[in-house]
Amino acid sequence: MQITLTINGADHTLDLDPRVTLLDALRDHLGLTGSRKGCDQGQCGACTVLVNGRRINSCLSLAVMHEGDAITTVEGLSDGALSPLQQAFIEHDGFQCGYCTPGQICSATAMLDELAAGWPSHVSPSLDGPCELTEAELAERMSGNLCRCSCYPGINAAIRDAKGHQA
Amino acid sequence: MTIRIKLDDKSEDRADSLAQGLLGTPADRPEGHLKVTGAATYAADDIPGGCAFGVLVRAPGQGALTATNADDIRAMQGVLAVIRDPRMVRNSAQGTANEAPVQGVDSAAYTGQPIALVVAESFEQARHAANALKITADGPPGPVDPQAVEPEGEPDGQGDLDAAMADAPHSIDAEYTTAGHSSAPMEPHAAVAAWDGENLTVRASLQMLKYNRNELADCLGIDPARVRLLSPYVGGGFGSKLGISAETVAAAIAAKELDRPVRVVQHRRQVFETITRRSETRQRIRLAASSDGRLTGLGHEALVSNLPDESFAEPVTQASAFAYAAANRLIGERVARLHRPAAGSVRAPGEAVGVTAFECAMDELAVQLGLDPIELRLRNIPEKDPQSGIPFSSHMLAETLQDGAKCFGWQGRNPAPRQQRDGEWWIGTGMAAAFRVNILSEAEARITLTAGGALVETDMTDIGTGTYAILTQIAGEALGLPADRVTVKLGDTEYPPGSGSGGSWGAASTGNATWLAALDLRQQLASMMECDERDLTLKDGQATCGNTTRALSDLLGGDTLTGHGHIDAGKAFEDVRQSTFGAHFAEVAVNDITGEIRVRRMLGSFAAGRILNQKTARSQCHGGMTWGIGMALTEGLVHDRRDGHIVNRDLAEYHVATNADVPPLEVHFVEERDPWAGPMQSKGLGELGICGAGAAILNALHHACGVRLRDMPATPDRVLGGLERL
Repeated sequence: MQITLTINGADHTLDLDPRVTLLDALRDHLGLTGSRKGCDQGQCGACTVLVNGRRINSCLSLAVMHEGDAITTVEGLSDGALSPLQQAFIEHDGFQCGYCTPGQICSATAMLDELAAGWPSHVSPSLDGPCELTEAELAERMSGNLCRCSCYPGINAAIRDAKGHQA
Repeated sequence: MTIRIKLDDKSEDRADSLAQGLLGTPADRPEGHLKVTGAATYAADDIPGGCAFGVLVRAPGQGALTATNADDIRAMQGVLAVIRDPRMVRNSAQGTANEAPVQGVDSAAYTGQPIALVVAESFEQARHAANALKITADGPPGPVDPQAVEPEGEPDGQGDLDAAMADAPHSIDAEYTTAGHSSAPMEPHAAVAAWDGENLTVRASLQMLKYNRNELADCLGIDPARVRLLSPYVGGGFGSKLGISAETVAAAIAAKELDRPVRVVQHRRQVFETITRRSETRQRIRLAASSDGRLTGLGHEALVSNLPDESFAEPVTQASAFAYAAANRLIGERVARLHRPAAGSVRAPGEAVGVTAFECAMDELAVQLGLDPIELRLRNIPEKDPQSGIPFSSHMLAETLQDGAKCFGWQGRNPAPRQQRDGEWWIGTGMAAAFRVNILSEAEARITLTAGGALVETDMTDIGTGTYAILTQIAGEALGLPADRVTVKLGDTEYPPGSGSGGSWGAASTGNATWLAALDLRQQLASMMECDERDLTLKDGQATCGNTTRALSDLLGGDTLTGHGHIDAGKAFEDVRQSTFGAHFAEVAVNDITGEIRVRRMLGSFAAGRILNQKTARSQCHGGMTWGIGMALTEGLVHDRRDGHIVNRDLAEYHVATNADVPPLEVHFVEERDPWAGPMQSKGLGELGICGAGAAILNALHHACGVRLRDMPATPDRVLGGLERL
């Protein structure tokens, strides 16, 4: 099928097997390999990208479903300079092997927007917001992204640091 | 020239006298920018032109195999080949095997064994065709229950443990079990193989390239010199990428057959089956003690399992040989030969599960004695290795116990269980000691020095452990260069062979080789400065000797100097006992209604010689401690009782710790210098953090609610059962 995907602000026209996932389209057809495949079944979060600003597991979505969507990958987060989150991940050692890192950073980028918008989580005291970035909120909201190196202390410190810069 | 050292004796510490001030600092990882932008290239990322895509097929059962519709599969759209080649491997090779693992596809020794590769023009076509390939297995499954077979092996004894147990006023005789574990690195095992005539290049995800090259060559029946492996970035290993594995061998075979590059990436569910797991363990631990808490007897016997023809047996009792003094001892493993997926090294093989169970038993003894558990350990620190009588290179258990206790706020703890409540939660604290043997493995490194800076090259890998960072720091420190003038290139068999990453030996082994390469350069520079190497100060690109200072760029001009370092373990690893030490502390909350355990905080105090980078070392310890949480509470492979296959073979069913499972973690280093460990005087740290961490949690569980669980993971059903039995 011929489709056009809008990725990091640029249009890409592709002729794809309809079985190609969004993740494989990015990685294998467009060379955007920053999005990683850790499980190919929505369990690890390494493939997290932003679709119209919302984080999704790109391995669980077919590429052909995304014509007209604004897709942002890790490659689209830094415009020359690193984003505050990316910089903070380096400073706080929010990664070791680095494989889950683009997914963590994409996920955290959207998570901070969700928090600012007052979207509640499982641990929020109220469904009506506003939401604060407590330890519990941060851990809950980032638990869809596994890190087997277990850099959660660094990841969380980095997110807090970047949130501080944002505010 | 090369500076080559075989470590037979103590080494002089040179690093403290160097001037750059880079070593030991919490420097950022030099490859960090590549990792946070997604630009670091892992094994599957670089697809060459004309690449075909392969998907492995698993055996649905055991015994002789028949593919009943291979011709139909070959006719499917895009399919290029259905490969069932006798050179394909049964399971991944054991660490440092240096030769092919068991090969063959005609029969399956375990359910889930990789037995075919379907290759197609696209991944989607290959996956579809692989799913459609019908394989029948005719055999009944072999034995899969560790307790249903006669195991191999016998423990070693000293003195008379039975008599010591009978005579002792206090004793523990209990059985502990730990479930099997999966390394589950975030990057699945992957390979892109391409031939140029008779020369093979494979981008793969591997920990130990110099061994892996020989293993792959042996699998294929070719000269290792014709094999080049590339693993510049490895998405986690934890032992699972020590040896060559099914996808790499299959990709190489397919690429040759099709005369085009082939990529094979294992699906997560395949990784769980084809890559070696940590064996489940059943451990009988006996402790005999005098009334003042001195051990008179120590027994640690373990039953583990593995497939036939696998040399590896989880060395559960490795640290029990030297952890505590006791005159009467019985220590060792037995191996049950089973037809479960193969077992091999997973982070801290041996101590991860062995120290954990043993430290639970020590806690039980402390409670029985009415003695503080830290004091019990302090009273049993051996003066020499209790089994062999050789001295310790350094012994830091007391220091880490005391440091950890102070930082955690252990003093004044009410030892009685079931004393603190927070709503429906019981609150308690626990501790455990940490031990991990220190190993050094032969390693080489080369440094090329020009006016612009230094280039370090070795086939060593960085699997997240911080190799890029620490080799940058060692070379920069030794050569007086800031970090941004040092480039480290890793993961290419064209470079001098490093130690590979495993057994916590990477930093000390390849780090020392890098130091020796730098020393080689220092001697050359000293000669150019007409002074003794020891009188040479190198800092910020300047060489100073006496009253003379010259810029390196001036000294070198357009010349290039090359230094080569080569280190190997000698008698320093036979004549003394080398280990790292630590202390774990945990506070847990146990839900009285649901049996859920939440870890509220953890603290580890560790000693591992010189800490090369405070930041990356800390992260390694965070990782180990978190694995301890997983082992204690959630991780466990479940085998089907009929055919032994792994039932929970993905990340939704096998529960590694998530962000929400991990509380604030505190790590302290009790820094020391271990002269026996080599010129850098640093020891391995990547695995120490997991050794005993789970015991601190289970001991805290007992302190919180009075439930003593001896089976890990301590899932809520087990905790609830314990609460009901109180």
